[in-house]
Amino acid sequence: MSATLTHPVDQVPMPENQGESYLTKGKGVMSWLLTKDHKRIALLYLMSITAMSLLGGFFAALIRLELITPGGDLLSAESYNKAFTMHGVIMVFFVLIPATPAVLGNFLLPIMIGARDLALPRINLLSWYIFIIGAAFTLYSMISGGVDTGWTFYTPYSSTYANSAVITAALGAFISGFSSILTGLNFIVTVHKMRAPGLTWFRLPLFVWGNYATALVQILGTPVVAMTILLVAMERLFGFSFFNPNTGGDPILFQHMFWFYSHPAVYLMILPAMGVISELVTCFSRKRVFGYSFIALSSVAIAVFGFLVWGHHLFVSGQSVYGGMVFSVLTFIVAIPSAVKVFNWTATLYKGSISYEAPMLYAFGFFGLFLIGGLTGLFCANVAVDVHIHDTYFIVAHFHYIMVGGAIMGYLGGMHFWWPKITGRMYPETAGRISAIFVFLGFNLTFFPQFLAGYLGMPRRYHAYPEEFQIWNIMSSAGAVVLAIGYTLPMIYFTWSIFAGKKAPANPWGAKGLEWTIPSPPPMENFETIPVVTEEAYAYAPEEDEEHEVNHHV
Amino acid sequence: MSSQALEQSSAHPANPNFQHQYEDLQQQYSSTTFGMWVFLVQEILFFGSLFCAYAVYRSMYPEAYSAASHHLNVALGTFNTVVLIGSSLTMALAVRCAQLGRNKGVFGYLLATFMLGNVFLGVKVVEYSDKFKHHLVPGPNFAMGGPYNEQAQIYFSMYFAMTGLHALHMIIGAGLLIFFMWKAYNNTYSTDFYGPIENMGLYWHFVDIVWIFLFPMLYLIH
Repeated sequence: MSATLTHPVDQVPMPENQGESYLTKGKGVMSWLLTKDHKRIALLYLMSITAMSLLGGFFAALIRLELITPGGDLLSAESYNKAFTMHGVIMVFFVLIPATPAVLGNFLLPIMIGARDLALPRINLLSWYIFIIGAAFTLYSMISGGVDTGWTFYTPYSSTYANSAVITAALGAFISGFSSILTGLNFIVTVHKMRAPGLTWFRLPLFVWGNYATALVQILGTPVVAMTILLVAMERLFGFSFFNPNTGGDPILFQHMFWFYSHPAVYLMILPAMGVISELVTCFSRKRVFGYSFIALSSVAIAVFGFLVWGHHLFVSGQSVYGGMVFSVLTFIVAIPSAVKVFNWTATLYKGSISYEAPMLYAFGFFGLFLIGGLTGLFCANVAVDVHIHDTYFIVAHFHYIMVGGAIMGYLGGMHFWWPKITGRMYPETAGRISAIFVFLGFNLTFFPQFLAGYLGMPRRYHAYPEEFQIWNIMSSAGAVVLAIGYTLPMIYFTWSIFAGKKAPANPWGAKGLEWTIPSPPPMENFETIPVVTEEAYAYAPEEDEEHEVNHHV
Repeated sequence: MSSQALEQSSAHPANPNFQHQYEDLQQQYSSTTFGMWVFLVQEILFFGSLFCAYAVYRSMYPEAYSAASHHLNVALGTFNTVVLIGSSLTMALAVRCAQLGRNKGVFGYLLATFMLGNVFLGVKVVEYSDKFKHHLVPGPNFAMGGPYNEQAQIYFSMYFAMTGLHALHMIIGAGLLIFFMWKAYNNTYSTDFYGPIENMGLYWHFVDIVWIFLFPMLYLIH
């Protein structure tokens, strides 16, 4: 990619004397807690997000245990409400939204564009502290009695009637939103202002494009939900009325304002994951990505159209029929750029020399889950069908396929792919493949039965259900066990590899991209010399092929 | 090409405010300014959601809005608008001084901006306490009277949320002004380093512009 990379990548020797690795330069707890280095902040995020995901997973386990039997035997209705609310709040605001941008994006974005750091390193550290403060509020709401409104905080229940710790949970979500905004702001400034010489917009790695589109959603959407949640908190704290029907307030307005962000938030989770998949597919097919500019611009198109579809959450909430029809059509339109991506990835695979390392298995898993999640999204976008499946397990299954299946598959695929770069150690390949297969199978076993249960009429958010649905719930809970194993394995062998893993070379996958031209783990300043980029991204085709192509054209 | 890049990166400017991740002060200046504009974009969305809710309820309850808005003190609001526009002028002069490297001027004009900002906040305190006295704060003690007593609570909730968040931005701005006064006192700014004062100015002008919209929406339209 850069001028220094004239020989085939695999022969590039491990560059030496490039300065001490970012992991060892600066010792002690304070050198981490006060670091302004984007790589260290990425690791701070990694640890906090992993901790939060364990907590969110604990609540998921409670939910799946309760639902094994039709009766409400393990949890009372009230504690069940609190369990799924805490699961949702933690997983959405503290795991899925930050995971890929704040960990992988933070680590890779400056390196991929040939910069020494993000444009605003202090803002970057600030965003992590804000994240921690938001998490503290949420944890406080959990231990001070929990919150039972669902992660959506729907009014007037949340603002007037709920008798639980809504204020602290809402403030937690509000505060963590600003961490997300600051990350997005930093990414936008960095991509605009910090690119290395020669790195034009259409030479950027697709992961950068994915994060750029994500950043647009972060800065344009998050403030709106922050304000909306703040209004709910004010209503509870001061007795103001914004959404209170007793004074003429409109609870539906809350839903509009909430989903104006919270639907794009789904794209905020999936877009960076899609960026990861673009990197993986092209690397493990040893082939130039097919339709680079279409993949890049479809990210932006998803971000833009994503802002116009929020009303599809309100089909049965009293929105006008015409509003429903317009939002339905707009929702179908989002499927187009999403399909563009999938077709381009498939075309990239075509005639590639594909290898099946763990990151690629995760990418294949992503295809399967995203495809099912995306296509069932079209069911939900259809007003008539949605009236039947609204608030059933069909919806639960659908959004888990996208937000968890898609986003976390991409995140884990990326973690495996860049783990050697981040830590300088290889993870055990066989264990990686096994975990990818466990996650894929476990995920489908958990959530596919929920489509069926939902279509047959099982409503979401109840701790008890009619006996006819038990078989689907048993399958789902069994799948959750497999899924839990799949998610736990990487935590174990990643940790193990830090101490005992094989040392990683600078470029273990023979991949293209500036991050593979520097040592693993990278030095503090990333690049000794800022590279000059002379090629487009993903120039995987061997030189002979290119000559052949040229001759062919002549 | 790459040797040229090497030269650039090894020749870091000597200015103590230069940050290592940039190539030169020019890049630092344009990045931080751009960052401030992006921040203001999210601020517009942040206040925008309030403006949206305001507009929805105004169209639903125009009579209640009209009745309730008569309880605001237009004279004090006008006075505050003048004060705030004045503070924008002193802020702009501080930016000009920073561009010319005149740290004493920066200090003086920031101090003037700070004082005017505090006058604004002081008047706001008077207005708020007046609302408490007349039972115009939404909640169980709200008693505006008249046929629109219930819906007027929405108006006053909007009033307190909008002006309250605006005032919160002013308070944050005042804190930043103190920080930058301290910086100017230490002769930080020069003709090749004045970006932070410009960004402070952008923030301050933005907060003023929010008020320029709030004033007619809350006080003048009946």
